[in-house]
Amino acid sequence: MHEAPSLGISFDRVEKRFGPFVALRGVSLEILPGEFVALLGPNGAGKTTLLRIAALLMTPTSGTVSFTSASERARHAVPQPVPDGDLPKHLIGMVAHSTLLYDELTAAENLTLFAQLYGLDDIRVRVANALQACGLASRAASLVRTFSRGMRQRLAIARALLHGPRLLLLDEPAAGLDRQGLAWLGETLARLRSGGATVVMSTHARNESLDLATRAVSLSGGRVEHDSGPGGDPRPLLAALRAEA
Amino acid sequence: MTAARAAAILLAKELRLEFRTRELLNATIVFALVVIVLFSFSFDPTAAESRRYGPGLLWIAFLFAGSLMLHPSFAREQSNQTLDALRMAPVSPFAILLGKMLANFVFLSLAEVVLVPVFAVLYNVSIAGVIGRLIVVLMLGTLGVVITGTVFSAVSAHARMRELLLPLLLLPILAPLLIAAVEATASLFAEQPSLDRTWLAFLAGFDIVFLTASWLLCDFLLEE
Repeated sequence: MHEAPSLGISFDRVEKRFGPFVALRGVSLEILPGEFVALLGPNGAGKTTLLRIAALLMTPTSGTVSFTSASERARHAVPQPVPDGDLPKHLIGMVAHSTLLYDELTAAENLTLFAQLYGLDDIRVRVANALQACGLASRAASLVRTFSRGMRQRLAIARALLHGPRLLLLDEPAAGLDRQGLAWLGETLARLRSGGATVVMSTHARNESLDLATRAVSLSGGRVEHDSGPGGDPRPLLAALRAEA
Repeated sequence: MTAARAAAILLAKELRLEFRTRELLNATIVFALVVIVLFSFSFDPTAAESRRYGPGLLWIAFLFAGSLMLHPSFAREQSNQTLDALRMAPVSPFAILLGKMLANFVFLSLAEVVLVPVFAVLYNVSIAGVIGRLIVVLMLGTLGVVITGTVFSAVSAHARMRELLLPLLLLPILAPLLIAAVEATASLFAEQPSLDRTWLAFLAGFDIVFLTASWLLCDFLLEE
């Protein structure tokens, strides 16, 4: 099967205001296709706003956001810009603070709905595989409102991965997951990284998946405070987070 | 994916959610029934009186029912931010609006199926001879209510006072539609029933104008 190209994202002097409150103050950051970026920072640093802008859910007050793509075979080649009018929604997946799931639909119905909206084929097989992978196959016909927080989070992650995104945006994905769930998340992200997908994961707390990061960026007060850079060593920033925890 | 296909998928989702919970339909039908019954106590519903006041009362009940029903249309997408998931999917924003409009049209039409016979009995109005023409008027009027109502439900969903904001925005905009629908219905309830094509054309024009406007503005309507 033809592999979709990895997707990178570039923020150029991005500012986002909510009335008098400035969430992002001129953020410039280029995330290359295939990178695994740990987005660090305390609450209110601007991590969620940056991810929502990357997910095309928000437009910046000023500055520009552009996407670059690179084929899997040429991951290290110079990324090509994605034309402005060609928004790559089908290549982006997001796990947000909320589950983005309908409580009154079953787990299978939720995944089927989004598989249909993304125009996927073999929906029944894909949904069954996704439920199997996240350990919810036995609860496929249960309403989401009957799920625990951890089960909802696993389903939310399965929903975000269903269409095989090449840019995965994760906003505190470990929230609510138990040890088993965290292990599944780590394995899933490792597989995505080896498959060349770009991952941007925000967190303000230590979790095992951070060890997969190839780059660490910390935000503070809406600005990029530290950036280990592409190909740099993210460990000092991650160690600082570990020390805080 | 075409907007029609995406809207059909979202319509199926809306119907499944509503028929599973029946939150909207039950509340709306009971509310509109109460309005119709209470109005029937306020005057002696002879045939002549009903011909005079009945169409207005009927459409006011539909408008109240519509504003009650349309408010949760987008507001209930907020509990788990599911609207974000829809907006991230590779479907046009108009498809999201269209799916909601179609679902709201089905729900309000179902409420009318219950309400119109009750109205006919309580107000001594014979609808047997004009049922076909009455359905045309009801469909065009209902379409106008759900098109504008769905748009304003999207607009008001992020507001703090959204429960109050929707009727405040919606009811004045619907005043021309109310006049046309009442006049068209009144012509059917007259002693010599006839369908007033001028008001019918007005209703169709209202629907087309607001549907076109929602198509043109859909990108901004669903934005945060």
